[in-house]
Amino acid sequence: MQNNENFIEIKNLKKWFPVKKKLFGGHRSFVKAVDDMSFSINKGETLGLVGESGCGKTTTGRTIIKLYEPTGGNIIYNGEDISRLTSRHMLPYRRKMQMIFQDPYASLNARMTVGDIIGEAIDIHNLAKGKERLERIQYLLRRVGLNSEHANRYPHEFSGGQRQRVGIARALAVEPEFIVCDEPISALDVSIQAQVVNMLEDLQEDLGLTYLFIAHDLSMVKHISDRIGVMYLGKMVEIAESNELYIHPVHPYTQALLSAIPIPDPDEAAASQRIVLEGDIPSPIDPPPGCRFKNRCRFTKPICSEEEPELKDVGGGHLAACHLL
Amino acid sequence: MDNLLEICNLQTSFFTYVGEVQAVRNISIDLRVGEAIGIVGESGSGKSITMMSLMKLLDDNGKIKNGKLLFNGSDLLGVSEKGMQRIRGNEIGMIFQDPMTCLNPVFTIGNQLMEPIIKHKKVSKQEAFKRAIHMLSLVGIPSPEERMKQYPHEFSGGMRQRVMIAMALSCDPKLLIADEPTTALDVTIQAQILELMKDLREKLGTSIILITHDLGVVADVCSRINVMYGGTIVETGTTRDIFYKSKHPYTWGLLRSVPNPKTLVKERLIPIDGTPPDLIKPPLGCPFAPRCDYAMKVCMTKRPLLFEIEGQHKSACWLNHPKAPKVESPLVRRDS
Repeated sequence: MQNNENFIEIKNLKKWFPVKKKLFGGHRSFVKAVDDMSFSINKGETLGLVGESGCGKTTTGRTIIKLYEPTGGNIIYNGEDISRLTSRHMLPYRRKMQMIFQDPYASLNARMTVGDIIGEAIDIHNLAKGKERLERIQYLLRRVGLNSEHANRYPHEFSGGQRQRVGIARALAVEPEFIVCDEPISALDVSIQAQVVNMLEDLQEDLGLTYLFIAHDLSMVKHISDRIGVMYLGKMVEIAESNELYIHPVHPYTQALLSAIPIPDPDEAAASQRIVLEGDIPSPIDPPPGCRFKNRCRFTKPICSEEEPELKDVGGGHLAACHLL
Repeated sequence: MDNLLEICNLQTSFFTYVGEVQAVRNISIDLRVGEAIGIVGESGSGKSITMMSLMKLLDDNGKIKNGKLLFNGSDLLGVSEKGMQRIRGNEIGMIFQDPMTCLNPVFTIGNQLMEPIIKHKKVSKQEAFKRAIHMLSLVGIPSPEERMKQYPHEFSGGMRQRVMIAMALSCDPKLLIADEPTTALDVTIQAQILELMKDLREKLGTSIILITHDLGVVADVCSRINVMYGGTIVETGTTRDIFYKSKHPYTWGLLRSVPNPKTLVKERLIPIDGTPPDLIKPPLGCPFAPRCDYAMKVCMTKRPLLFEIEGQHKSACWLNHPKAPKVESPLVRRDS
């Protein structure tokens, strides 16, 4: 039995995308989508990742499973540093790490049958052939609540919720240990969302999966996650156990984000006080020095423009990056 | 108070090559002056089509088969296309779901904002310019003079949605229809837009119809809610009626399938099994019956009409029939 703690460790992860600015060389600037993030995920847990659009949640998820080559930092998967591996050496790790995509309409090839979509992964990793392959596909379809006969159908014959199930079956086909769920439910209807979330929870329990759950629907993230990390402009600003984060958010950004959740209860909605953030998220191209949240923060102090706050423990594994603490 | 809008027995169908899609099946909605109501439902429940019928913006294969659309006392169904053009944008403003695609990328924001003002209010360009700037500052866009000269791509999603709201409100409409105005936006921006809409209703007295699938959004903004399912209204009542005293299994299902961020114990979500009905062959009985835990024999064969519960609270479910077995709502009122 291996150590369950720090199953995946991310150290100072950076992902910068170059933007061409000047015609003749000169200074090149970067979109710093992920800029110096460090955190870890324990085995069998669900880490939620929240933040506004453009804060780098998706890039973080994709860089961890190396769909993007990291610009800097280390990704340590089960004690093994995978951040510099070549694609050939990556192959065994690809089997252990899978992804579920946001848009069930765009992430399935419309010209392949559902059986082939799921079977493709099995073929690439040489996991099964012939009858065994077919049985495996049928098993996976049943596993996600579809029928075995669905293997011969094409994606357009399915509803959004069913397509997302196909996407989950494809991720499970190679028996992964770790799945990055990138907004898996945001394109689905309310009554269908709960079906998919429950299924993800069942699969985690049965197969011992570890999830990185990326979403902007904060109440769903709270529901599914054991711990939650809050991102702002390429940085982790707060990370804590999920109830702790919701009861005692310490970072001003987290406080504003949580107060903005619409509460499906008229009395509670009337009683709660909203902290409305002014303005929009600034551009991640060459972000300003100091704290990145300073221009929208209610409590800005001179030190915020001078020094960049580091993640500090405020008690019981609750980390936050703010000068006011 | 007078009714600003009365939709009576509206039926809208689309004629496609596979058959007639009965998107809206006999619904009635009323709205008073200065009131904000919500229409809640899943995709395909007919909520957007109801509003498109009201604005008479249906596609060529769509047809209003029956019903009355009384706006300010006159029936919009009898109004010509030319007459509708005077109403759209002038008396009824509409905010569409996707702020990214609803603005023309080749015209400046100022140009697009001034167009309806010049068209409807018959004012000079200078006056329209002043009014446009006033609208932009009203919706909270900083330095509006400079912003007027910019193009939509220079605005963020939240800013574009504000421009859409400014445009919809620029001619002082009596009615504002907001079709999923915050779905494409982040929670922080959503909060800004909702506060803005509440504010405008109080300041300008505009009536609002808010279409959404997010129960949290209606709980905050609306005083009355219509729940739609399968092209029909299954329950209608005040916000408190719907959230605390609901008498329809579909509403129960909707309320139970969203987690409340305030609860600390991890409860399992209770999804509604199955999928919404096919409106080409709408079920004979209650549209929700195949997915309903409480379905009885009568539910499969006869469509329930809206039973009056108390005051404005009405529910289209056979469980409310005096002879039906008594069923308690599975929702437990959370202690606040």
